[in-house]
Amino acid sequence: MMKKISIFAAGLLTVAAIGTAIAHESENPAVKARTSIMQLYAFNLGTLGGMAKGEVDYDAEAATRATNNLVVLTQIDQSAMWPAGSDNVSDPSTRALPAIWENFPDVGAKGQAMADAAVAMQAAAGQDVEALKAAMGDLGGSCSACHKAYRAPKN
Amino acid sequence: MRRFFLLAACVVVLVGLAGLVLTRPQKMDQSELIGVTPDLARGEVVFHAAGCASCHSAPDAVGEDKFILAGGRRFETDFGTFIAPNISRDPDSGIGSWSALDLANALIHGTGPQGQHYFPAFPYTSYANMTTEDIVSLHAFLSTLPAVGTESKAHEVGFPFNVRRGLGGWKLLFMTPGWVVEGDLNDQQIRGRYLVEALGHCGECHTPRNGLGGLKRDLWLAGAPNPSGKGRIPGLTPDQLDWSEADIAEYLKSGFTPDYDSAGGEMAEVIENTSLLTDGDRLAIAAYLKAVPASSPRLSLE
Repeated sequence: MMKKISIFAAGLLTVAAIGTAIAHESENPAVKARTSIMQLYAFNLGTLGGMAKGEVDYDAEAATRATNNLVVLTQIDQSAMWPAGSDNVSDPSTRALPAIWENFPDVGAKGQAMADAAVAMQAAAGQDVEALKAAMGDLGGSCSACHKAYRAPKN
Repeated sequence: MRRFFLLAACVVVLVGLAGLVLTRPQKMDQSELIGVTPDLARGEVVFHAAGCASCHSAPDAVGEDKFILAGGRRFETDFGTFIAPNISRDPDSGIGSWSALDLANALIHGTGPQGQHYFPAFPYTSYANMTTEDIVSLHAFLSTLPAVGTESKAHEVGFPFNVRRGLGGWKLLFMTPGWVVEGDLNDQQIRGRYLVEALGHCGECHTPRNGLGGLKRDLWLAGAPNPSGKGRIPGLTPDQLDWSEADIAEYLKSGFTPDYDSAGGEMAEVIENTSLLTDGDRLAIAAYLKAVPASSPRLSLE
Protein backbone atom coordinates (compact mmCIF):
# COMPACT_ATOMS: atom_id res chain seq x y z
CA MET A 1 0.00 0.00 0.00
CA MET A 2 2.73 2.38 1.10
CA LYS A 3 4.71 1.55 -2.02
CA LYS A 4 1.72 2.18 -4.25
CA ILE A 5 1.19 5.55 -2.64
CA SER A 6 4.81 6.53 -3.12
CA ILE A 7 4.80 5.44 -6.76
CA PHE A 8 1.62 7.43 -7.26
CA ALA A 9 3.18 10.42 -5.50
CA ALA A 10 6.34 10.12 -7.58
CA GLY A 11 4.20 10.05 -10.71
CA LEU A 12 2.35 13.17 -9.59
CA LEU A 13 5.61 14.92 -8.85
CA THR A 14 6.96 14.05 -12.30
CA VAL A 15 3.82 15.38 -13.96
CA ALA A 16 4.09 18.53 -11.86
CA ALA A 17 7.77 18.92 -12.73
CA ILE A 18 7.09 18.56 -16.46
CA GLY A 19 4.22 21.00 -16.13
CA THR A 20 6.50 23.54 -14.47
CA ALA A 21 9.19 23.04 -17.08
CA ILE A 22 6.70 23.67 -19.88
CA ALA A 23 5.21 26.69 -18.15
CA HIS A 24 8.70 28.11 -17.75
CA GLU A 25 9.35 28.76 -21.44
CA SER A 26 7.23 31.44 -22.99
CA GLU A 27 5.79 31.01 -26.47
CA ASN A 28 5.92 34.74 -26.99
CA PRO A 29 9.03 35.82 -28.94
CA ALA A 30 8.92 39.26 -27.27
CA VAL A 31 9.13 37.64 -23.82
CA LYS A 32 11.96 35.38 -25.04
CA ALA A 33 13.84 38.39 -26.38
CA ARG A 34 13.65 40.41 -23.17
CA THR A 35 14.51 37.33 -21.07
CA SER A 36 17.61 36.87 -23.22
CA ILE A 37 18.70 40.41 -22.47
CA MET A 38 18.34 39.66 -18.75
CA GLN A 39 20.57 36.59 -19.21
CA LEU A 40 23.18 38.69 -20.98
CA TYR A 41 23.13 41.12 -18.06
CA ALA A 42 23.57 38.25 -15.60
CA PHE A 43 26.47 36.75 -17.59
CA ASN A 44 28.43 40.00 -17.66
CA LEU A 45 27.57 40.85 -14.05
CA GLY A 46 29.02 37.45 -13.16
CA THR A 47 32.45 38.58 -14.36
CA LEU A 48 32.28 41.72 -12.20
CA GLY A 49 30.76 39.92 -9.21
CA GLY A 50 33.42 37.22 -9.23
CA MET A 51 36.06 39.92 -8.82
CA ALA A 52 34.04 41.88 -6.25
CA LYS A 53 33.70 38.74 -4.12
CA GLY A 54 37.38 37.87 -4.51
CA GLU A 55 36.63 34.54 -6.22
CA VAL A 56 38.51 35.65 -9.32
CA ASP A 57 41.62 37.85 -9.44
CA TYR A 58 40.91 41.41 -10.46
CA ASP A 59 41.57 41.94 -14.15
CA ALA A 60 41.02 45.51 -15.37
CA GLU A 61 40.63 44.48 -19.01
CA ALA A 62 38.12 41.70 -18.41
CA ALA A 63 36.16 43.95 -16.05
CA THR A 64 36.10 46.71 -18.65
CA ARG A 65 34.95 44.34 -21.39
CA ALA A 66 32.10 43.06 -19.23
CA THR A 67 31.04 46.58 -18.30
CA ASN A 68 31.18 47.75 -21.91
CA ASN A 69 28.75 44.95 -22.71
CA LEU A 70 26.45 46.05 -19.90
CA VAL A 71 26.42 49.60 -21.23
CA VAL A 72 25.60 48.35 -24.74
CA LEU A 73 22.79 46.20 -23.32
CA THR A 74 21.23 49.21 -21.59
CA GLN A 75 21.15 50.96 -24.98
CA ILE A 76 19.03 48.32 -26.71
CA ASP A 77 15.63 49.70 -27.64
CA GLN A 78 13.24 47.31 -25.92
CA SER A 79 10.01 49.07 -26.86
CA ALA A 80 8.86 46.19 -29.11
CA MET A 81 9.63 43.60 -26.42
CA TRP A 82 6.91 44.68 -24.04
CA PRO A 83 3.71 44.36 -26.11
CA ALA A 84 0.30 44.54 -24.44
CA GLY A 85 -0.75 41.12 -23.17
CA SER A 86 2.76 40.02 -22.17
CA ASP A 87 2.22 40.50 -18.42
CA ASN A 88 2.03 37.67 -15.87
CA VAL A 89 -1.77 37.73 -15.83
CA SER A 90 -2.00 36.97 -19.56
CA ASP A 91 1.14 34.80 -19.71
CA PRO A 92 2.03 32.78 -16.59
CA SER A 93 5.57 32.11 -17.86
CA THR A 94 6.58 35.71 -17.18
CA ARG A 95 6.82 37.53 -13.85
CA ALA A 96 6.25 40.97 -15.41
CA LEU A 97 3.48 42.69 -13.46
CA PRO A 98 0.67 44.54 -15.27
CA ALA A 99 1.78 47.66 -13.34
CA ILE A 100 4.58 48.05 -15.94
CA TRP A 101 2.03 48.97 -18.60
CA GLU A 102 0.35 51.45 -16.27
CA ASN A 103 3.61 53.23 -15.35
CA PHE A 104 5.73 53.44 -18.48
CA PRO A 105 7.34 56.78 -17.53
CA ASP A 106 8.50 55.39 -14.19
CA VAL A 107 9.75 52.16 -15.78
CA GLY A 108 11.70 54.32 -18.24
CA ALA A 109 13.17 56.41 -15.40
CA LYS A 110 14.28 53.27 -13.56
CA GLY A 111 15.80 51.95 -16.81
CA GLN A 112 17.70 55.22 -17.19
CA ALA A 113 18.97 54.92 -13.59
CA MET A 114 20.36 51.50 -14.48
CA ALA A 115 22.01 52.87 -17.64
CA ASP A 116 23.63 55.59 -15.50
CA ALA A 117 24.83 53.02 -12.95
CA ALA A 118 26.35 50.96 -15.78
CA VAL A 119 28.23 54.03 -17.05
CA ALA A 120 29.49 54.70 -13.51
CA MET A 121 30.67 51.09 -13.36
CA GLN A 122 32.48 51.58 -16.68
CA ALA A 123 34.70 54.18 -15.03
CA ALA A 124 35.14 52.14 -11.84
CA ALA A 125 35.78 48.70 -13.37
CA GLY A 126 38.99 49.77 -15.14
CA GLN A 127 40.29 51.65 -12.12
CA ASP A 128 40.83 49.07 -9.35
CA VAL A 129 39.00 46.37 -7.43
CA GLU A 130 37.98 48.72 -4.60
CA ALA A 131 36.26 51.08 -7.04
CA LEU A 132 34.58 48.09 -8.70
CA LYS A 133 33.31 46.80 -5.34
CA ALA A 134 31.97 50.24 -4.43
CA ALA A 135 30.10 50.62 -7.74
CA MET A 136 28.50 47.17 -7.40
CA GLY A 137 26.04 48.35 -4.73
CA ASP A 138 24.51 51.09 -6.89
CA LEU A 139 24.37 48.87 -9.94
CA GLY A 140 22.58 46.14 -7.97
CA GLY A 141 20.28 48.73 -6.43
CA SER A 142 19.23 49.91 -9.88
CA CYS A 143 18.27 46.34 -10.85
CA SER A 144 16.37 45.85 -7.59
CA ALA A 145 14.46 49.12 -7.88
CA CYS A 146 12.66 47.86 -10.97
CA HIS A 147 12.30 44.26 -9.81
CA LYS A 148 10.87 45.37 -6.49
CA ALA A 149 8.16 47.45 -8.13
CA TYR A 150 7.39 45.50 -11.29
CA ARG A 151 8.27 41.82 -10.88
CA ALA A 152 6.08 39.21 -9.22
CA PRO A 153 7.67 36.98 -6.52
CA LYS A 154 9.12 33.68 -7.70
CA ASN A 155 6.49 31.33 -6.33
CA MET B 1 -18.81 22.53 51.52
CA ARG B 2 -18.89 26.21 52.28
CA ARG B 3 -15.26 25.95 53.28
CA PHE B 4 -14.46 24.39 49.90
CA PHE B 5 -16.07 27.26 48.05
CA LEU B 6 -14.22 29.73 50.18
CA LEU B 7 -10.97 27.97 49.44
CA ALA B 8 -11.77 27.77 45.72
CA ALA B 9 -12.64 31.47 45.67
CA CYS B 10 -9.35 32.26 47.40
CA VAL B 11 -7.45 30.20 44.84
CA VAL B 12 -9.22 31.96 41.96
CA VAL B 13 -8.43 35.37 43.42
CA LEU B 14 -4.81 34.41 44.07
CA VAL B 15 -4.33 32.98 40.57
CA GLY B 16 -5.98 36.11 39.18
CA LEU B 17 -3.69 38.36 41.21
CA ALA B 18 -0.65 36.34 40.25
CA GLY B 19 -1.75 36.59 36.62
CA LEU B 20 -2.11 40.34 36.92
CA VAL B 21 1.34 40.61 38.44
CA LEU B 22 2.91 38.27 35.90
CA THR B 23 1.33 39.99 32.89
CA ARG B 24 2.27 43.48 34.12
CA PRO B 25 4.29 45.43 31.53
CA GLN B 26 7.98 45.31 32.47
CA LYS B 27 10.19 48.36 32.70
CA MET B 28 13.88 48.96 32.97
CA ASP B 29 15.51 50.96 35.75
CA GLN B 30 16.89 54.39 34.88
CA SER B 31 20.17 53.41 36.56
CA GLU B 32 20.92 50.98 33.72
CA LEU B 33 21.46 53.91 31.37
CA ILE B 34 23.72 55.91 33.67
CA GLY B 35 27.10 56.60 32.09
CA VAL B 36 25.98 55.44 28.64
CA THR B 37 26.83 58.22 26.17
CA PRO B 38 25.23 58.54 22.74
CA ASP B 39 27.29 58.29 19.55
CA LEU B 40 25.46 59.63 16.47
CA ALA B 41 27.45 57.64 13.91
CA ARG B 42 26.76 54.47 15.87
CA GLY B 43 23.09 55.45 16.08
CA GLU B 44 22.88 55.70 12.30
CA VAL B 45 24.37 52.22 11.86
CA VAL B 46 21.83 50.86 14.37
CA PHE B 47 19.02 52.65 12.50
CA HIS B 48 19.93 50.91 9.24
CA ALA B 49 20.83 47.53 10.73
CA ALA B 50 17.56 47.44 12.71
CA GLY B 51 15.56 48.36 9.61
CA CYS B 52 13.51 51.08 11.34
CA ALA B 53 12.70 52.79 8.04
CA SER B 54 11.39 49.61 6.42
CA CYS B 55 8.29 49.80 8.59
CA HIS B 56 8.09 53.38 9.83
CA SER B 57 8.79 55.43 6.70
CA ALA B 58 5.82 56.29 4.52
CA PRO B 59 4.68 53.55 2.10
CA ASP B 60 6.88 53.49 -1.05
CA ALA B 61 9.41 55.97 0.37
CA VAL B 62 12.82 55.71 -1.30
CA GLY B 63 16.21 57.33 -0.73
CA GLU B 64 16.27 60.28 1.67
CA ASP B 65 12.51 59.98 2.21
CA LYS B 66 13.21 56.87 4.27
CA PHE B 67 14.38 59.19 7.04
CA ILE B 68 10.83 60.61 7.26
CA LEU B 69 9.32 58.30 9.86
CA ALA B 70 5.66 59.23 9.44
CA GLY B 71 4.40 55.63 9.71
CA GLY B 72 1.28 54.42 7.91
CA ARG B 73 2.47 51.17 6.35
CA ARG B 74 -0.07 48.39 6.83
CA PHE B 75 0.86 44.84 7.84
CA GLU B 76 -1.83 42.26 7.35
CA THR B 77 -1.52 39.20 9.61
CA ASP B 78 -3.68 36.36 10.91
CA PHE B 79 -4.40 38.48 14.00
CA GLY B 80 -5.49 41.65 12.22
CA THR B 81 -3.91 44.58 10.42
CA PHE B 82 -1.15 46.48 12.19
CA ILE B 83 -0.36 50.01 11.08
CA ALA B 84 3.15 51.32 11.73
CA PRO B 85 3.02 54.43 13.93
CA ASN B 86 4.77 57.76 13.48
CA ILE B 87 8.18 57.54 15.21
CA SER B 88 9.50 60.90 14.00
CA ARG B 89 10.72 63.42 16.56
CA ASP B 90 7.43 65.34 16.49
CA PRO B 91 6.52 65.58 20.22
CA ASP B 92 2.76 65.16 19.65
CA SER B 93 2.35 62.80 16.70
CA GLY B 94 5.71 61.06 16.98
CA ILE B 95 8.04 60.05 19.80
CA GLY B 96 9.88 63.35 20.23
CA SER B 97 8.91 63.54 23.89
CA TRP B 98 10.45 60.15 24.65
CA SER B 99 13.53 59.84 26.84
CA ALA B 100 16.23 57.30 26.03
CA LEU B 101 14.71 55.21 28.83
CA ASP B 102 11.30 55.27 27.11
CA LEU B 103 12.94 54.01 23.91
CA ALA B 104 14.83 51.33 25.86
CA ASN B 105 11.58 50.10 27.46
CA ALA B 106 9.90 49.94 24.06
CA LEU B 107 12.77 48.06 22.41
CA ILE B 108 13.73 45.72 25.24
CA HIS B 109 10.41 45.06 27.00
CA GLY B 110 7.83 46.05 24.37
CA THR B 111 6.41 48.49 26.91
CA GLY B 112 5.17 51.99 26.01
CA PRO B 113 5.75 55.13 28.09
CA GLN B 114 2.22 54.88 29.54
CA GLY B 115 2.98 51.36 30.67
CA GLN B 116 1.05 49.63 27.88
CA HIS B 117 2.13 46.43 26.09
CA TYR B 118 3.06 46.78 22.43
CA PHE B 119 1.97 44.21 19.87
CA PRO B 120 4.87 42.01 18.75
CA ALA B 121 4.42 43.18 15.15
CA PHE B 122 7.00 45.61 16.53
CA PRO B 123 9.87 43.09 16.83
CA TYR B 124 10.91 43.79 20.42
CA THR B 125 11.34 40.06 20.94
CA SER B 126 14.48 40.50 18.79
CA TYR B 127 15.43 44.02 19.90
CA ALA B 128 15.39 42.73 23.50
CA ASN B 129 19.02 41.75 22.96
CA MET B 130 20.11 45.28 22.00
CA THR B 131 22.91 46.89 23.99
CA THR B 132 22.17 50.03 25.98
CA GLU B 133 24.94 51.84 24.03
CA ASP B 134 23.09 51.11 20.78
CA ILE B 135 19.73 52.20 22.21
CA VAL B 136 21.03 55.48 23.59
CA SER B 137 22.84 56.15 20.29
CA LEU B 138 19.72 55.32 18.27
CA HIS B 139 17.71 57.67 20.48
CA ALA B 140 20.18 60.47 19.69
CA PHE B 141 20.17 59.68 15.96
CA LEU B 142 16.34 59.62 15.75
CA SER B 143 16.26 63.10 17.25
CA THR B 144 18.28 64.41 14.25
CA LEU B 145 15.65 63.24 11.73
CA PRO B 146 12.74 65.39 10.51
CA ALA B 147 9.61 65.91 12.62
CA VAL B 148 6.37 64.97 10.86
CA GLY B 149 2.87 65.78 12.10
CA THR B 150 1.09 62.75 10.59
CA GLU B 151 -1.21 61.17 13.20
CA SER B 152 -0.61 57.48 13.92
CA LYS B 153 -3.57 55.26 13.09
CA ALA B 154 -5.06 52.68 15.44
CA HIS B 155 -4.34 49.01 14.62
CA GLU B 156 -7.26 47.12 13.11
CA VAL B 157 -7.22 44.16 15.45
CA GLY B 158 -10.32 42.40 16.75
CA PHE B 159 -11.17 40.56 19.98
CA PRO B 160 -9.45 38.80 21.73
CA PHE B 161 -6.15 40.03 20.28
CA ASN B 162 -7.01 43.65 21.03
CA VAL B 163 -6.86 43.03 24.80
CA ARG B 164 -3.43 44.48 25.50
CA ARG B 165 -3.14 42.80 28.89
CA GLY B 166 -3.25 39.45 27.11
CA LEU B 167 0.04 40.40 25.50
CA GLY B 168 1.64 40.11 28.93
CA GLY B 169 0.81 36.41 28.82
CA TRP B 170 2.07 36.19 25.26
CA LYS B 171 5.37 37.74 26.34
CA LEU B 172 5.63 35.27 29.25
CA LEU B 173 5.22 32.38 26.83
CA PHE B 174 7.21 33.52 23.84
CA MET B 175 9.65 36.25 24.83
CA THR B 176 12.59 33.99 25.51
CA PRO B 177 15.58 35.91 26.82
CA GLY B 178 19.07 35.29 25.51
CA TRP B 179 20.58 34.19 22.21
CA VAL B 180 19.32 31.35 20.06
CA VAL B 181 22.72 30.27 18.78
CA GLU B 182 25.04 29.63 21.72
CA GLY B 183 28.40 27.99 22.03
CA ASP B 184 31.86 28.66 20.76
CA LEU B 185 31.60 31.64 18.46
CA ASN B 186 34.47 33.88 17.37
CA ASP B 187 34.25 37.70 17.47
CA GLN B 188 33.04 37.92 13.88
CA GLN B 189 30.28 35.36 14.48
CA ILE B 190 29.29 37.13 17.69
CA ARG B 191 28.93 40.43 15.81
CA GLY B 192 26.95 38.56 13.14
CA ARG B 193 24.70 37.05 15.78
CA TYR B 194 23.97 40.50 17.19
CA LEU B 195 23.17 41.80 13.70
CA VAL B 196 20.95 38.84 12.77
CA GLU B 197 19.25 37.90 16.06
CA ALA B 198 18.91 41.37 17.62
CA LEU B 199 19.07 44.32 15.20
CA GLY B 200 18.24 42.70 11.86
CA HIS B 201 15.40 40.68 13.43
CA CYS B 202 15.81 38.19 10.56
CA GLY B 203 14.15 35.43 12.58
CA GLU B 204 10.84 37.33 12.59
CA CYS B 205 10.25 36.28 8.97
CA HIS B 206 12.70 33.41 8.38
CA THR B 207 11.67 31.36 11.43
CA PRO B 208 8.26 29.60 11.49
CA ARG B 209 5.68 30.57 14.14
CA ASN B 210 3.19 28.57 16.17
CA GLY B 211 -0.57 29.17 16.18
CA LEU B 212 -0.26 32.01 18.67
CA GLY B 213 2.45 33.77 16.71
CA GLY B 214 5.37 32.70 18.91
CA LEU B 215 8.61 31.84 17.11
CA LYS B 216 9.54 28.15 16.97
CA ARG B 217 13.07 28.70 18.17
CA ASP B 218 14.00 25.05 17.60
CA LEU B 219 13.44 25.73 13.89
CA TRP B 220 15.56 28.88 13.93
CA LEU B 221 15.90 30.43 10.44
CA ALA B 222 14.53 27.24 8.89
CA GLY B 223 12.18 29.13 6.56
CA ALA B 224 8.48 29.84 7.01
CA PRO B 225 5.26 30.49 5.16
CA ASN B 226 4.98 34.10 3.99
CA PRO B 227 2.60 35.96 6.34
CA SER B 228 1.17 37.74 3.29
CA GLY B 229 -0.18 34.30 2.33
CA LYS B 230 1.72 33.94 -0.93
CA GLY B 231 4.77 31.74 -1.23
CA ARG B 232 7.41 30.86 1.30
CA ILE B 233 10.20 32.73 3.01
CA PRO B 234 13.38 30.71 2.40
CA GLY B 235 15.40 29.01 5.10
CA LEU B 236 18.85 30.43 5.88
CA THR B 237 20.38 27.44 7.67
CA PRO B 238 23.60 26.09 6.09
CA ASP B 239 21.82 22.97 4.79
CA GLN B 240 19.31 25.11 2.90
CA LEU B 241 21.37 28.15 1.90
CA ASP B 242 24.49 26.75 0.25
CA TRP B 243 25.90 30.12 -0.82
CA SER B 244 29.46 31.01 0.17
CA GLU B 245 30.03 33.70 2.79
CA ALA B 246 31.18 36.02 -0.01
CA ASP B 247 27.92 35.28 -1.90
CA ILE B 248 25.83 36.19 1.15
CA ALA B 249 27.78 39.38 1.79
CA GLU B 250 27.48 40.43 -1.87
CA TYR B 251 23.72 39.72 -1.82
CA LEU B 252 23.31 41.93 1.25
CA LYS B 253 25.23 44.71 -0.51
CA SER B 254 24.02 44.74 -4.12
CA GLY B 255 21.08 42.35 -3.99
CA PHE B 256 22.73 40.06 -6.57
CA THR B 257 22.25 36.33 -6.07
CA PRO B 258 25.11 34.01 -7.15
CA ASP B 259 23.24 33.70 -10.50
CA TYR B 260 23.11 37.48 -10.80
CA ASP B 261 19.41 37.64 -10.46
CA SER B 262 18.39 40.35 -8.02
CA ALA B 263 16.53 40.23 -4.74
CA GLY B 264 12.78 40.65 -4.89
CA GLY B 265 9.83 41.19 -2.59
CA GLU B 266 10.37 42.28 1.00
CA MET B 267 14.02 41.25 0.80
CA ALA B 268 14.70 44.04 -1.71
CA GLU B 269 13.58 46.39 1.05
CA VAL B 270 15.89 44.71 3.57
CA ILE B 271 18.84 45.09 1.19
CA GLU B 272 18.19 48.83 0.98
CA ASN B 273 19.21 48.75 4.67
CA THR B 274 22.00 46.17 4.59
CA SER B 275 23.60 47.92 1.59
CA LEU B 276 24.30 50.81 3.99
CA LEU B 277 26.31 48.65 6.43
CA THR B 278 30.05 48.06 6.20
CA ASP B 279 31.56 45.11 4.31
CA GLY B 280 32.77 43.88 7.71
CA ASP B 281 29.24 43.76 9.12
CA ARG B 282 27.87 42.00 6.04
CA LEU B 283 30.62 39.38 6.27
CA ALA B 284 29.85 38.99 9.98
CA ILE B 285 26.21 38.18 9.12
CA ALA B 286 27.43 35.60 6.60
CA ALA B 287 29.84 34.05 9.12
CA TYR B 288 27.05 33.77 11.70
CA LEU B 289 24.64 32.16 9.22
CA LYS B 290 27.21 29.45 8.56
CA ALA B 291 27.29 28.75 12.32
CA VAL B 292 23.51 28.28 12.66
CA PRO B 293 22.59 24.62 13.24
CA ALA B 294 21.11 22.82 10.25
CA SER B 295 17.35 22.49 10.38
CA SER B 296 15.63 19.17 10.07
CA PRO B 297 14.22 19.18 6.52
CA ARG B 298 11.33 16.99 7.65
CA LEU B 299 10.25 19.50 10.27
CA SER B 300 10.74 22.57 8.13
CA LEU B 301 8.63 21.21 5.27
CA GLU B 302 5.33 22.02 6.92
